[in-house]
Amino acid sequence: MSTETIDLKTKLLADFQVRESLMNGEASSAFHQKKRAAIHRFEELGFPTVRNEEWKYSNVKELISESYHFNADSSLQLADLQDLRIPEQVANILYFVNGQYKPELSSIVSSTEKIIIDSLQNAYKQNPELVNRYFNELTDESEAFTALNTAFTLDGLFIHVPDNQVVEQPVILRFISDAREENVASQPRNIIVVGKNAQVKVAEAFRTLGEQRSFTNAVTEIFVERDAHVEYYKVQNESENAYHIGTTQVNMKDKSHFYAGTVTLNGKFTRNNLNIALDGEYCDAHMYGLYFPDGSQHVDNHTIADHRKPNSESNELYKGILRDKSKGVFNGKIFVREDAQKTNAFQSCKNIVLSTEASMNTKPQLEIFADDVKCSHGTTTGQIDEEALFYMRSRGISKNEAMSLLMYAFCADVISQIKIDSIREYLENVIAEKLSKK
Amino acid sequence: MLSINELRASIEGKEILKGINLEVKPGEVHAIMGPNGSGKSTLASVLSGREDYEVTGGSVTFDGKDLLELAAEERAAEGIFLAFQYPVEIPGVTTINFLKTAVNEIRKYKGENPLDAAQFLKMVREKAKLVSMNDSLLKRALNEGFSGGEKKRNEIFQMAVLEPKLAILDETDSGLDIDALRIVAEGVNSLRSPDRSAIVVTHYQRLLDYIVPDFVHVLYKGRIVKSGPKELALELEEKGYDWIKAEVEEVG
Ligand SMILES: Nc1ncnc2c1ncn2[C@@H]1O[C@H](COP(=O)(O)OP(=O)(O)O)[C@@H](O)[C@H]1O
Ligand SMILES: [Mg+2]
Repeated sequence: MSTETIDLKTKLLADFQVRESLMNGEASSAFHQKKRAAIHRFEELGFPTVRNEEWKYSNVKELISESYHFNADSSLQLADLQDLRIPEQVANILYFVNGQYKPELSSIVSSTEKIIIDSLQNAYKQNPELVNRYFNELTDESEAFTALNTAFTLDGLFIHVPDNQVVEQPVILRFISDAREENVASQPRNIIVVGKNAQVKVAEAFRTLGEQRSFTNAVTEIFVERDAHVEYYKVQNESENAYHIGTTQVNMKDKSHFYAGTVTLNGKFTRNNLNIALDGEYCDAHMYGLYFPDGSQHVDNHTIADHRKPNSESNELYKGILRDKSKGVFNGKIFVREDAQKTNAFQSCKNIVLSTEASMNTKPQLEIFADDVKCSHGTTTGQIDEEALFYMRSRGISKNEAMSLLMYAFCADVISQIKIDSIREYLENVIAEKLSKK
Repeated sequence: MLSINELRASIEGKEILKGINLEVKPGEVHAIMGPNGSGKSTLASVLSGREDYEVTGGSVTFDGKDLLELAAEERAAEGIFLAFQYPVEIPGVTTINFLKTAVNEIRKYKGENPLDAAQFLKMVREKAKLVSMNDSLLKRALNEGFSGGEKKRNEIFQMAVLEPKLAILDETDSGLDIDALRIVAEGVNSLRSPDRSAIVVTHYQRLLDYIVPDFVHVLYKGRIVKSGPKELALELEEKGYDWIKAEVEEVG
């Protein structure tokens, strides 16, 4: 282990001590006790190395080799965000810059009977008991980055949709890393609680400004109560110097529906963990993913569909197009517990690798302890279909245009799953642009 | 218009075309017949620019240009169209979108402005009617799940939209019932004009009842071994290819 890795860990542990010493009475709260337990866990675990099976193909050495200014203040104005365009839509839009909530940039349009939307910090001030009821209740104790996020939870989003409420306007979270002046880091923590028979759509969009490094370590916990319907999208369009570790932890109760769409457009190093517990009967979970690494980018998607109860269905489709010297990793776990009879679980990961120096590593992992289940999985990694390419060229379509049409067609079924119009249109444009690049 | 001289081509080191000579003048329709495996599809592929084949000798000029120097898309823009023996299915790309891209790419090549959506749609509707192509097929993914007949009709529809100078039809008639055959032939005939030509590859005389050729050629073992007027097709239909094979073996 290099000395730098010890440095970042040691520095973080020391930071925690300082913060704690400044807390006065709040240090004894139940909320803080969770954080204290988390820092101890992080201390034990340390940053993962490639010897850890879950991190075998994703080396964080480079990520932890430099120091970062956590939660740095930023003078960012809306005008600085012009090129981060997402088409206009009536939506609840919340801005976070370097992890800090920016109410002056944000707008909330839905009524408070329908949905409580607030920064985690404000929500905690208003109702500590409510927030604490959900905070860190779903997370995986063995993940060092999650423990680190928990220990340093400062801000993020808190959403509570009461029972039976249908929220029409989506909630769009815009996380901006302002790395114009220095290396910055943020650890947003989001909690989304969707009551019985309620419906909501939430999107997290990550962007970077500037050329310095950014490190984002995001954790989102989503509680999907019975009969609820939740759509959750994550769009990463970060810089060539952006390191992103993201974990989304979902718990679903009876007859609930959950859709996740994870799209990684850009970023130096991206690791997404999407862990769904189908903790009820007759639920359905859907996971869609797209990634387009180029240059020396690295994208790793780890997913879990954990079937804990009978009669539920999970359905997963991830697709990637890899160029240059980029690397992709897909690890999809399906657990079917002993009780979870009559489970249907489908998983598919398809990739186009456009360069001999790019590589894709796929690993489906099925652990099935029930006997009456339907499970299928498949992965493909190939090139552009040469027959199709010639067919198009024989009609006058240039090779580049034909390639981008074919690649776009390859992604189209995933893009169409994104049901927030402004986000989908944004993706359609950015992806078409990206694919027409030679 | 098209002048093929001693054309030789091979794939994976195996020579398939062994010196083809063919002259197609404006307005002419040439039929190419011959047993399976003779090299008919290979000739069509080489003319339209498929890169799997290696041209090992000879030359092809099209409207005075060295055809073999051009990429497949450039040949299409110059006015060559191949109706595929086995049209390719392309999931995720609708027929209409595909054709719009093709039309506008060709216009760009010629230095013309792209058609706007309304102009394009109007043109496409007319052409679709011409080949009795159902509107609903246009909105579906290109050839995906189309029946054999629908795929062939789609080829002719695309040809009608792109209005090529030289259309090469590779067994467009096989697998079609008589009604579909008639529609395909009407599509081809509607394009006939003093400055447009066609090469029709077929096994059967019956297509040539509808698309009457000026010349019939027999391709066998990579060479054109016999050429004649349209009556040659009738003779082949009646007598098969054995007599031609025998003639070739005799000459040696
Ligand atoms: N991709 C290929 N690889 C190897 N051999 C091929 C390939 N395509 C065609 N051939 C061979 O070339 C010969 C001519 O084929 P083809 O042009 O399809 O004949 P036709 O269309 O007259 O039936 C056949 O012997 C066939 O096996
Ligand atoms: Mg053939």
